[in-house]
Amino acid sequence: MEKFDAIVVGAGPSGNAAAYTLAKAGLSVIQIERGEYPGSKNVQGAILYSDALERLIPEFRDEAPLERHIIEQRMWVLDDDSHIATNYRSDAFNKLPYNRYTILRAQFDKWFSEKVTQAGALVICETTVTDLIMDGNRVVGVRTDRENGDLFADVVVLADGVNSLLAKKPGYQPEHKAADVALAVKEILFLPQETVESRFNVKEGEGVVIEMIGKITQGMMGTGFLYTNNESITIGVGCMLSDFKESGVSPYLLLEKMKAHPSIKPLIQGGEMKEYTAHLIPEGGLKAMPQVYGDGWMIVGDSGMFVNAVHREGSNLAMTTGRLAAETIIGLRQAGKQMTRENLAQYRAKLDDSFVMKDLAKYKDMPGVFHANPQFFTTYPELVNNAARHMLTVDGVDKKTKEREILKSFTASRSLFGLMGDAFKMWRALR
Amino acid sequence: MNVTVEEKLFQNRYKVDHGRPHISIVNPDVSTHDCRTQPCTRICPAACYKAEGNGTVSLISDGCLECGTCRIICSEHSNVDWSYPRGGYGILFKFG
Repeated sequence: MEKFDAIVVGAGPSGNAAAYTLAKAGLSVIQIERGEYPGSKNVQGAILYSDALERLIPEFRDEAPLERHIIEQRMWVLDDDSHIATNYRSDAFNKLPYNRYTILRAQFDKWFSEKVTQAGALVICETTVTDLIMDGNRVVGVRTDRENGDLFADVVVLADGVNSLLAKKPGYQPEHKAADVALAVKEILFLPQETVESRFNVKEGEGVVIEMIGKITQGMMGTGFLYTNNESITIGVGCMLSDFKESGVSPYLLLEKMKAHPSIKPLIQGGEMKEYTAHLIPEGGLKAMPQVYGDGWMIVGDSGMFVNAVHREGSNLAMTTGRLAAETIIGLRQAGKQMTRENLAQYRAKLDDSFVMKDLAKYKDMPGVFHANPQFFTTYPELVNNAARHMLTVDGVDKKTKEREILKSFTASRSLFGLMGDAFKMWRALR
Repeated sequence: MNVTVEEKLFQNRYKVDHGRPHISIVNPDVSTHDCRTQPCTRICPAACYKAEGNGTVSLISDGCLECGTCRIICSEHSNVDWSYPRGGYGILFKFG
């Protein structure tokens, strides 16, 4: 039986980053992907942050299928029929090297996987890994659904995504709690390129993202988003799974209602829907993170809860964790060391030293604060929209009286102590 | 709302593994008698689970988006047997 230096399970951003790094260093790598082609099972918004990929493939801008680089970010706070917004648009975002792009994951992952193959890894598609092969407490390989499909290696990198069934089998990871994952649904709507550009006031190659919070999530903790691609718009909404469960709101009806919001509808008018997707996002943060390495195994990407929900970052954490796991393996091999739990602890040290764990530590209290305080998603969006409407409606009432009335509406819904408490909670969670 | 989930799923590409569903309800009696809220019948984004008039829950996983929601929300009863489809089968995203 042939034995590899490393097996990588999954061909998403984390698995590809790991396999690419390992193969480039000359290790024998086999990567197993259950989809027809890499990307065919993968779902994301999707925003690609350049930095994490650039550290792997500096020339990616010349080769990768990218949609638009983002020059403007809009943040909307919506009530039932209006929104209050902040826009940040800068020509600095229009100068190379661009900081972030919209991408279509099925196409992007396919390209990334070609790079992995070129680097020398063996990529096997249409194959599902069904179990880990153990020797005592040590992972020594994987079982696949192919005939004679057992594979063996010194180390197995689990990049099998948010559901990570494999890490659950030996008990490396408990089942997710509904409060630790968000369910997002989205659609891709096709429009002529010129329509996208005129509607969002951008030129060829330039893009806009809109992140939304407020009554579109019907009281649930979550956000909506709208991203501009070349000839399409991606629109979606995601909320904590525990909130969906409690509210009984149907995700696709939530999305339909959001699409009908008077602030959103004109932007997507006439778009031809060509795909509807759903995906879980592991948003539990640091407190929900499982053990990410052990004897003969490591976890990277979504499988390890490596998502910064506050900043909508995930694929960059995935690529970074994949790269760091690979660099750990390469370092151990060069030192002639075994892939034991003790030695693989270097992976955790590398993670702690990177932005990945630093950011996750910074926001470790955010999920709890939002869970305990749904007013951030309901009361406040309504209050600020009402305040804006009130101040901007000219009706003979003097401005000082309007201000008093607005303050009264805030204290009536949340009390002065409630308002101060909320401000304190946000400050404490974000500092 | 006039749009049905079937119209949405119709746009997607699937390779259905006929006769080999990758998800099943472990014990139908638990769904019928012990689970009062049957959240899977409302929260599944592909509406694979249906609450039938007689109190049972039916499951047709052909339109499954492989998200994992049904498995995780079934925390009280752990009544969903969930695995990935065989290699190459199931949803095939064109855009992702």
